[in-house]
Amino acid sequence: MNEHLLSIHDVSAEDIVRILDTAESFREVGTRVIKKVPALRGRTVVNLFYENSTRTRISFELAAKRLSADVINFSTSGSSVSKGESLKDTALTLQAMGADAIVIRHSSSGAPLTLTRWVHGSVLNAGDGTHEHPTQALLDLYTMRDRLGRIEGLRAAIVGDVLHSRVARSLSFALAKMGAEATLVGPPTLIPPDAPAWGVQVSHDLESVLPKLDVCYMLRVQKERQRQQYFPSVREYARLFGLTRDRVAALPEGALVMHPGPMNRGVEIDSDVADLPRSVIEEQVTNGIAIRMSLLYLLLGGSRTETGGADA
Amino acid sequence: MPERLLLKGARVVDPAIGRDEVADVAIEDGLIAGERSAGATVLDCDGYVLAPGLVDLHTHLRQPGREDKETVESGCRAAALGGYTAVSPMANTDPVADHAAVIHEVRDLGRAAGLCDVFPVGAITRGLEGEAMVEIGEMVQAGVRVFSDDGRCVPNARMLRNALTYARAFDGVVIAEHCEDATLAEDGQMHEGLHSYSLGLAGQPREAEEVIVARDLAVARLSGGRLHLCHLSSAGSIELVRRAKAEGLRVTAEVTPHHLVFSEEDLLTYDTNFKVNPPLRSSEDREALRSALADGTIDAVATDHAPHAVEDKEAEFDQAPSGTIGLETALAAVLTHVVEPGVMTLLRAIEAMSTAPARILGAPGHGGPIEPGRPANLVVFDPAAEWTVEPPFASKSRNSAFLGRRVRGRVVHTVYAGELVVADGKAQR
Repeated sequence: MNEHLLSIHDVSAEDIVRILDTAESFREVGTRVIKKVPALRGRTVVNLFYENSTRTRISFELAAKRLSADVINFSTSGSSVSKGESLKDTALTLQAMGADAIVIRHSSSGAPLTLTRWVHGSVLNAGDGTHEHPTQALLDLYTMRDRLGRIEGLRAAIVGDVLHSRVARSLSFALAKMGAEATLVGPPTLIPPDAPAWGVQVSHDLESVLPKLDVCYMLRVQKERQRQQYFPSVREYARLFGLTRDRVAALPEGALVMHPGPMNRGVEIDSDVADLPRSVIEEQVTNGIAIRMSLLYLLLGGSRTETGGADA
Repeated sequence: MPERLLLKGARVVDPAIGRDEVADVAIEDGLIAGERSAGATVLDCDGYVLAPGLVDLHTHLRQPGREDKETVESGCRAAALGGYTAVSPMANTDPVADHAAVIHEVRDLGRAAGLCDVFPVGAITRGLEGEAMVEIGEMVQAGVRVFSDDGRCVPNARMLRNALTYARAFDGVVIAEHCEDATLAEDGQMHEGLHSYSLGLAGQPREAEEVIVARDLAVARLSGGRLHLCHLSSAGSIELVRRAKAEGLRVTAEVTPHHLVFSEEDLLTYDTNFKVNPPLRSSEDREALRSALADGTIDAVATDHAPHAVEDKEAEFDQAPSGTIGLETALAAVLTHVVEPGVMTLLRAIEAMSTAPARILGAPGHGGPIEPGRPANLVVFDPAAEWTVEPPFASKSRNSAFLGRRVRGRVVHTVYAGELVVADGKAQR
């Protein structure tokens, strides 16, 4: 595997299987009374969050702690960044303090890649702008495989604001890489015109897509997009692309409903639908911890500690 | 003190009279001399090309206002080292060059530096705000020939019409437009296409340029004014210009070296040195730009030399400013990427970098012909010399899209007003 995880393009199909298998073995840790293994004892993981995020930050924090790493949470409000410190200077500071891994969430696409120019440790992309969110895609694949037994050949729809969604990018690339059939569904203003080059299909008619699906993956729609005239009203959006109780009945039996959170209940997904047994939204959250443990472990865990010891 | 020089045995390339032959050129009292005079310093130019000094239509010298990025002096030194004997600093300084005082200041700083001629561009509208026309007449008296709100276009067609029409009162005055529809370009960080969607960077479609090119050409027709289009980037714009020229409109156009060399694919690593405006477009657009330059649809190469502080460029991609420096690399870029592959002749390249911009700018002392009695503004370069673009630069900034590139063609001497301001690749002042 690469030294960093910046994009789904950084991992091969074999890497993905290894990441999911490793996560499988870590999931059990979360069911113990003492939810901790010593794999990363003495290593330092920094959570560098330039954007507010509750679930992703907590998930990474728990993952690192369950591996016995030391965890520093660096959020930009009330820090040197709010005093105008640049990304480069923040990176050099963290480097000087000996961070082994930096988990970065940033509103600018490409910021994690830029960060790698200034630090020696592994960089994990926890979501950058409208670019990628690879750990989300991996935990989604894990959840699909866990529930449906495979990824190859699955038919999945990704519904909503694909244009501005880092989740949709990473998941599209990951599904294509694993041999699943993905279809992007949404109004044409919110689907990148060149999306077929990602190895996915495109549709603007949710109802025609639903009966053929194994996974219906709903994206959060920001109300701000209405102000920018990507669609005329939230009401019309929900009517055309919301997953309602009626629509969910068109899904084949056993098909999953997924959502990366946080949800806009009543906009892209009805409250009732979010709480159905086929909806695995909470499992996605639980599995996220195991996936992030797996990634931290593989990126800076056992193997490199051993070679480091041999070199010293 | 004026020098007596003899540039011996160079290949003289002089597009103004279509000359391309090996000859000696003598210089005395700031002018090209008819024959060599006794006691002249002889410079052996065997194997070198001697041409009229290059002329840049589009330069950002940042002074007054951002002297940390560039000053008139440092920018002129970069220009001289790049073979330029004249530059046209754009009006988007602080304060804006929208009144004669700033024009005088910039030109005086240029004279004090003594490295090349400085022909400041005036703003079209006060404060570049698109609302009130500057006092064009007073600016013309101060010596301005080109007016531009560069950085943005004149936002409404009526204002542009009035500026183009009003400027007809003054001989040779040109209205230069940066063609970008602000609503389509919005927060665009790069060319809109497959790569922008995958990189998650907001795109700026080529149509953002094309709709303004189309509008401006229509308004030029309506007004009968003299229009120049800055840094064209899209194949569609070129087609519009081609048709307008065939129709006989008074329009000229420029392209930058970086648009001739790079494309959107160079942005895959989010390297902010490739963040420029207009953005680098597809390789098809780049090919169209090269052919249009070769066939004269695009008249001139202009650097859009845009210095930025290191700390501003070493930032998140969407927070970094647009622009690349270009004065010190323009000639080598054109020679390496357009002349060497056979897209155009050396004679046409020099025409596009010297003779044509001198004509557009109304700078009769530049661009040739290299004939006795004419001002001695000349460049001598070694077309075979290979080098790697790397700091230090004479520019105060180092945000070059060409960093680390191997290029061919290096300036040896620059003669400005008869004086050797660059000798053996070194600035003399």
